[in-house]
Amino acid sequence: MMEFTDKHVLALKELLYKMADDQLILGHRNSEWTGLGPMLEEDIAFSSMAQDKIGQSLALYELLHELGESEPDTVAFTRNDNQFHCSQFVELPIGAYDFSLVRHFFFDHAEAIRFEMLADTVFEPLAMIARKFKGEIKYHTMHADIFMKKLAEGGPESYGLIQQAINDNFGLALGMFEPGDYEPELIEAGIFGGENTLQTRWLAKVVPLLESFGYIVPKVENSEPALGGRKGFHTPHLQPLLDEMTEVFSIDPGADW
Amino acid sequence: MIIQSLDPRISRAKLDDQSSEGFLNEHEHFETFEVFQQVKRGTHHQHVGSVHAPNPEMAILFAKEQYCRRGKAVNLWVVKTSDVFVTEYEDADIFETSEDKKYRDPETYKVMDRINAYKSRLNP
Repeated sequence: MMEFTDKHVLALKELLYKMADDQLILGHRNSEWTGLGPMLEEDIAFSSMAQDKIGQSLALYELLHELGESEPDTVAFTRNDNQFHCSQFVELPIGAYDFSLVRHFFFDHAEAIRFEMLADTVFEPLAMIARKFKGEIKYHTMHADIFMKKLAEGGPESYGLIQQAINDNFGLALGMFEPGDYEPELIEAGIFGGENTLQTRWLAKVVPLLESFGYIVPKVENSEPALGGRKGFHTPHLQPLLDEMTEVFSIDPGADW
Repeated sequence: MIIQSLDPRISRAKLDDQSSEGFLNEHEHFETFEVFQQVKRGTHHQHVGSVHAPNPEMAILFAKEQYCRRGKAVNLWVVKTSDVFVTEYEDADIFETSEDKKYRDPETYKVMDRINAYKSRLNP
């Protein structure tokens, strides 16, 4: 393993922040369905996966803490929107269930491949996390796939809703792969294979899968990726989410729980 | 009237008390599946409850979160509730004398003296 320079550490932190922030924000968004899900069983399953996401973000914030960043609670609850590195895709409101389901499908496949790529990263603590959550994420993509398939078979109404949600989500989802400032460093050090590789592998996975269910997937070249999130440029939807998420914490930030 | 709640998620949903959103008519529910969980390979699957689902695949998906979220599991079975053949409670008297048949339990056999005799023959 090559010696890490300061630049490699910055690159690693940038990677961990964007992953953890995506998980925290999408986990919070998806938990907004708790109690409002389409049926009891699905309400429990979707809420449980939202909790999983927040648990995964904690593991990454702890890793960042070991690399010299602040405590996980401080990082999660005291930053403003422009300090978050999540993609704009995950911060958008939950919309109707079709939108949330398709976002879950696109996001979780990207996450599964990202963790697969990280399972043999040279940064061993991250490889351990990637291996630890493998089964959890496998269930998430299994859940997403079965829903997408079933709703394609469910008749013109469910098929139409999901097809529309795919059209609405696709460009937004491409924003997940916005390259960071340190792509060459991550790749040369063997930390991570890079956002471009991830996007290619993601497309190779989700496009044939959706087509096999009978959906039509928009073309990348005709889509406008929702960029900016990785650099702290967010939609007006993120700050209200953070205000709500930190409401109790802000009453007494020093409280012992 | 729009329902006001302390939970911002409820208020955002703008539900009103006249709403029929989410209302199901009779027979609009999904059917139920019985769930059997195996905690360790080689052991019996045990019945843990049931789930509503439109097909077996989704029943497995839901059963995993309903019943294996906190405990250990290695395998699940789901079976349509309507495929389970059951006895009638009015026939429950067929089980009545079972409890009296102690001679069917190994505990009632007096064999310890013979086992000990055998052991002492092995190791005199």
